[in-house]
Amino acid sequence: MTPQTLSPLLCTIPLLPLAGAAINGFLGRRSSRTAISAVALGFCGLAFFMALLIAANFSSAAAPYSFRLAHWIRSGTFSVDFEFYLDQLSLVMLLVVTGVGFLIHIYSVGYMWDDDGYYRFMSYMNLFMFFMLTLVLAKNYLVMFIGWEGVGLASYLLIGYWFTKDSAAAAGKKAFIVNRIGDFGFLIALFLIIKHFHSLDFANVFAAVRTLPTETAGAGLLTAIGLLLMVGAAGKSAQIPLYVWLPDAMEGPTPVSALIHAATMVTAGVYMVVRSSVIFEHAPMAMTVVAIIGTLTALFAATIGIAQTDIKKVLAYSTVSQLGYMFMACGVGAFSAGIFHLMTHAFFKGLLFLAAGSVIHGVGGEQDMRKMGGLRLYMPWTFATMGIATLAIAGIPPLAGFWSKDEILWRAFGASWVYWLIGVITAFITSFYMFRLMYMTFGGDYRGTVAQEAHGHGDHGHSDNGHADRGHGQGHGHGEPHESPWVMLGPLVILALLSVVGGFVGYGNRFEHFLAPVFQGATGIAQEASPESAASALEYLLMGVSISVAGLGWLLAYLLYSRVPQLPAHIATGLGGLYRAVANKYYIDELYAVLFVKPLIEGSTTILWHDIDQGVIDATVNNSADAARHVSDNVRHMQSGNLRSYAGWVAAGGAIVIAYMVWMGVR
Amino acid sequence: MVPLSYYLVLSGILFACGVLGFLIKRNIITIFMSIELMLNGVNLSFVAFAAHWHVLSGQVFVFFVMVVAAAEAAVGLAIIIAVYRTRETLNVDQVNLLKL
Repeated sequence: MTPQTLSPLLCTIPLLPLAGAAINGFLGRRSSRTAISAVALGFCGLAFFMALLIAANFSSAAAPYSFRLAHWIRSGTFSVDFEFYLDQLSLVMLLVVTGVGFLIHIYSVGYMWDDDGYYRFMSYMNLFMFFMLTLVLAKNYLVMFIGWEGVGLASYLLIGYWFTKDSAAAAGKKAFIVNRIGDFGFLIALFLIIKHFHSLDFANVFAAVRTLPTETAGAGLLTAIGLLLMVGAAGKSAQIPLYVWLPDAMEGPTPVSALIHAATMVTAGVYMVVRSSVIFEHAPMAMTVVAIIGTLTALFAATIGIAQTDIKKVLAYSTVSQLGYMFMACGVGAFSAGIFHLMTHAFFKGLLFLAAGSVIHGVGGEQDMRKMGGLRLYMPWTFATMGIATLAIAGIPPLAGFWSKDEILWRAFGASWVYWLIGVITAFITSFYMFRLMYMTFGGDYRGTVAQEAHGHGDHGHSDNGHADRGHGQGHGHGEPHESPWVMLGPLVILALLSVVGGFVGYGNRFEHFLAPVFQGATGIAQEASPESAASALEYLLMGVSISVAGLGWLLAYLLYSRVPQLPAHIATGLGGLYRAVANKYYIDELYAVLFVKPLIEGSTTILWHDIDQGVIDATVNNSADAARHVSDNVRHMQSGNLRSYAGWVAAGGAIVIAYMVWMGVR
Repeated sequence: MVPLSYYLVLSGILFACGVLGFLIKRNIITIFMSIELMLNGVNLSFVAFAAHWHVLSGQVFVFFVMVVAAAEAAVGLAIIIAVYRTRETLNVDQVNLLKL
């Protein structure tokens, strides 16, 4: 297939899910669930098929491909078009998004089947796919921004999917507002780019940036652009200080958490930073900030993950932490390693969330791990697949997570041993909390409540309130835990396979070489190449260290949560305040509430609402109306309807005029 | 020769009498007469100025005013008769159905 025939296919990939979203959104209310599923899966699967078709015919020599769908903005010499673009980087993202997205769509059919808003859910999911694919296939920053905002919208809609529940509606709003803060930074970066480079097209901007000197001495334009882009990325990818929305986003249905808040959307920030690698390469200070933010987020979120008892919250903090790894990689110039981890993370974290959803489904909506336990006997497939994902995320070779994480740590070590050390500590904590999750969920005996078991198994008529995630009421019999249907287990198995073999694409730096053309001209390419040749005893030593800390984390979790289950409580009480701080997420939400939310609400209420809106704007309008009424009230007595009083007024007026004229004449 | 100011003062007094009568009196006939008085006050000033300046247009105006006054008298008296037939009163304060 030649570039001429391949390029037009690009625009079909985002448009297919859009068609699915439109059909289900407009007609879904009256369609049968089977028809809705067929449309949603059909269009999404077709997009995946197109992506595979393009991947099969992709030739690095002919890349990048681009296709102009339509003209958009023409203003003087400045122009922005609806253009799609495919290079090695977008191809990887394209395959991850359509592939993992399609699997999660299949899973959703099983998971959401009994929900009343099934058509709405499927429509939103397809809409998300459209925006995400627009984002990764964009040829300029503005089209990317459309996708960027669009996935934010889809995320909002899906987090607040069960909008009758207050906490879900609030979580949706929180995600949307926090993302707006990041988007503000992104927008300013775009304006700076327009002002100085007079274009938003990736190729033009990067070509212009390459001609500029690297800003080693001091901060300049590129540093500013880089930092503002990072603000946007921090919002979308849940990095310090804007990560707070992601854990709350777990209010959404679990497939949403898997698709949007683990595998795809939250990695958009990483993708954007990697896409802008040329800008970052020319702004070392911005790179350092990216690395520091990523490293701190990785450690910070991982420590919070230790003390969470909600199975999805653990995974949420784990996601934040893993995203931190990706930014750490970007910050030290290892962009391809970041994308590599993004890909493997999409596999194993998507799998972890889907498996967690399967667990929640199996135990009747319970999300508290303290009420699980022993599930390996009830749901062996979920146990096996989730176990694989846990091994992968913990970095046990030869699973996917090991390759990508080790790559990042090795590169981080090349930049500074501090990054590496924090990364290794984070790897240890990651391994610990993931195996803790496994032991609490699948190990030991079932700790489900008596009320849960007292009721008969019943059929699966959880048609009332989307049964998972919402918690069953007492009267809702669920019986003992059960394995999920095959429509849910299928995607788990496929993702488990990918989590096992996914890392091998990076074997011998093949992944990096594949992506290399994208980063050509970025100054870091030389820097990236050097450690490769020096791969030696040191690399194997570091590899050994990261494997052993993963093993240590596992061991510790085994000791604490399997051998001596009463020990964690003792340690928790022993640590006292520290434990409470961690369990309460370091009170960051409360801190933000005091620092930003409350002053904002107070200020808006008292100053903006009461003082300015009511006191100035409303007062002006009301008072002028009042004044007009008072004057009219008095003046209207002249209009008595009495003819002789009118005549009197005429006479008086005439007298006044005459008196005036006489007076003027006398003077 | 009588100075102009005398005529004008008389004209002003006649007009003022008319205005006062129009404002004070209740009877429609009296009001009507007051209007005639005002017209004639004005007529007097017209002819006085015409004689003073030796310009005929003032006297022509007076003829017009007299014609209009005659026409007005015809219509006005007809209305007064019609009002009296329906209302059986000539008091304007009781002929106020159009008032709010």
